Amino acid sequence: MSAHFPGLVIIIPLVAAFLILIGALLDRRLAFPLTALALLGSLLTAIGLLGKVIQTGVVEYHLAGWAPPVGIAYRVDHLNALVLVAVATVAFVNLMGTRELVKGLFEDRLGPFYTLYILLIAGLQGIVVTGDAFNLYVLLEIAALTGYALVGMSEGRAPLSSLNYIFIGTVGASLYLLGVGYLYLVTGTLNMADLAVRLPALYPSKVVVSAFVICLVGLCIKMGFFPMHAWLPNAYSHAPDPVSSLVAPLVTKVMIYVMIRMMLFVFTPAFAFDQMAISEPMVWLAIAAIVAGSFMALSTRRLKRMLTYIIVAEVGYMVGGFWLGNRLGISGAILHIVNDAIMTLCVFLSAAAIISKVGSDAIDDMQGLFKKMPVTMGVFVVAGLSIIGVPPTCGFFSKWYLISGAVAAGQYGFMAALLLSSLINLVLFFRIFEIAYFEPFHDHHGDHGHFVSAVQEAPFEMLVTLVVTAVLLFALGIYAGDIVSQIIDHAIPVGIT
Amino acid sequence: MESLLANFLAKYNYWAYIGLVMIGMYAMIAKRNLVKKIIGMNIVQTAVILFYVSIAAKKGKTIPIIAHGHEDTGHHAVQALDYISPLPHVLMLTAIVVSVATLGVALALAIKVYRQYGTLEEDEIAMRIEEQ
Repeated sequence: MSAHFPGLVIIIPLVAAFLILIGALLDRRLAFPLTALALLGSLLTAIGLLGKVIQTGVVEYHLAGWAPPVGIAYRVDHLNALVLVAVATVAFVNLMGTRELVKGLFEDRLGPFYTLYILLIAGLQGIVVTGDAFNLYVLLEIAALTGYALVGMSEGRAPLSSLNYIFIGTVGASLYLLGVGYLYLVTGTLNMADLAVRLPALYPSKVVVSAFVICLVGLCIKMGFFPMHAWLPNAYSHAPDPVSSLVAPLVTKVMIYVMIRMMLFVFTPAFAFDQMAISEPMVWLAIAAIVAGSFMALSTRRLKRMLTYIIVAEVGYMVGGFWLGNRLGISGAILHIVNDAIMTLCVFLSAAAIISKVGSDAIDDMQGLFKKMPVTMGVFVVAGLSIIGVPPTCGFFSKWYLISGAVAAGQYGFMAALLLSSLINLVLFFRIFEIAYFEPFHDHHGDHGHFVSAVQEAPFEMLVTLVVTAVLLFALGIYAGDIVSQIIDHAIPVGIT
Repeated sequence: MESLLANFLAKYNYWAYIGLVMIGMYAMIAKRNLVKKIIGMNIVQTAVILFYVSIAAKKGKTIPIIAHGHEDTGHHAVQALDYISPLPHVLMLTAIVVSVATLGVALALAIKVYRQYGTLEEDEIAMRIEEQ
């Protein structure tokens, strides 16, 4: 059974997608429990896989028994096992937390919604476990297409934003496919491990250099790396709330994982860091991403939009940390993939709870919320502190690794950008805390003379999931050292110091 | 100059796909109509598909179907060199499915946008959004 874990991680949600669609035709109420069951299954599988990888090392899985390079291989090492658990956790927790919201928003479309939801997760988990460059493209498009559909499901500006997301996302994916085509042209293989063996002899070739550049640009577009981030704020802030809290933590993070996978394990560090000599410009672009993202976040007074700009800055953290090219920086980047996934989930979930109760996502409408929604706001404070980087929460530890990496690499600009962004995050979140804590509550939407406030605490299951994510933030912080020494240290190739 | 021309003619399939990508990108950037942008997007995807298919070709070789394979076994070995490579074609079968699906989602969203704003011209949509 456990030998099939890498396959099951994808097959469970994929089969469940069809069952949910059929089940929902019979009875709409079946959609949620089926989805929950399938995601719980894939979460347990992912955790089992991580345990297995920690105990015995890399797990290889050949689909249908065809050995690579002819067949498609799924290869799970410490890096993807960790990201896989993060993806499965976010998917499951978000599903539990947003049940009521989804019911309210998509009453008549529960079947299609949950089918898309679980297909998105199947795509993302597939991207993470696959060891085949073309298979990765297909799964990337599965994840992207379901993402477009989910973002476009609500009314208002969402369809237009989703359409722009499709245009840019498709160009990104096509560029990735083109880069893989160049690699196939010179090596005749699509298996990542096989590519890594055959490529070093071809490093002087211009084709390999073009493939590298085209792949990297394609992935940077997909992950919303500044200055290719234009699609991200609109798509994520106009999406329905339960969708934002799913795609915002996952899609960009998984794309950063793909970049790390391609750079370290298809092109080797010797090629990516030494021969191409683009580390310096990439770190500077990351600095630009962090500064621009932070200032754009400062300029908006809408909660969800502010959070999406913070994502733009966070992408800069991870890309910059990776291109520092030393062990500390890359550890920080990988740790931050996990931490940021949970942090983003936490802020977007609490934002969803707040918006659904207040009825607006303007920061100025959040007066007196600490009194009305103490638990939600408490969790929001924890998430905010984590994004700022206050010690017991996990945000501090990944930032610590990133800053140490920046110092070790002599990239003081990157260090300064990280500190500046922490300060701006401090302003961003305390601005909200101040309005929500000190300014008295008055309802903008009730009738003003004799209103009984409609705003009250979020539904119970949402509160439970919010508290769970907040606890996760502390747990990830407390166990950060163990995660790095047990998992991430093994994920980074030995050559990198 | 002559070597440039020879270079161009010898690798015309690459130039063709680069031209198509550029046309598609131009449509996506310059056109203000959403359907034209969708067409541009599809041209980009098709260009990549054509690139893959073109790299499989070999001059003077035949399609990779072994005629009478069952009766002939043992008489002569199959030489892979005599056939064009089938793998890129198979890959592109998947990519075509992906591009059709993308087109479908994009057109569905375009319909949704049209129902909402009554137009597919970006400038007019921007005006409607500002009016709201």
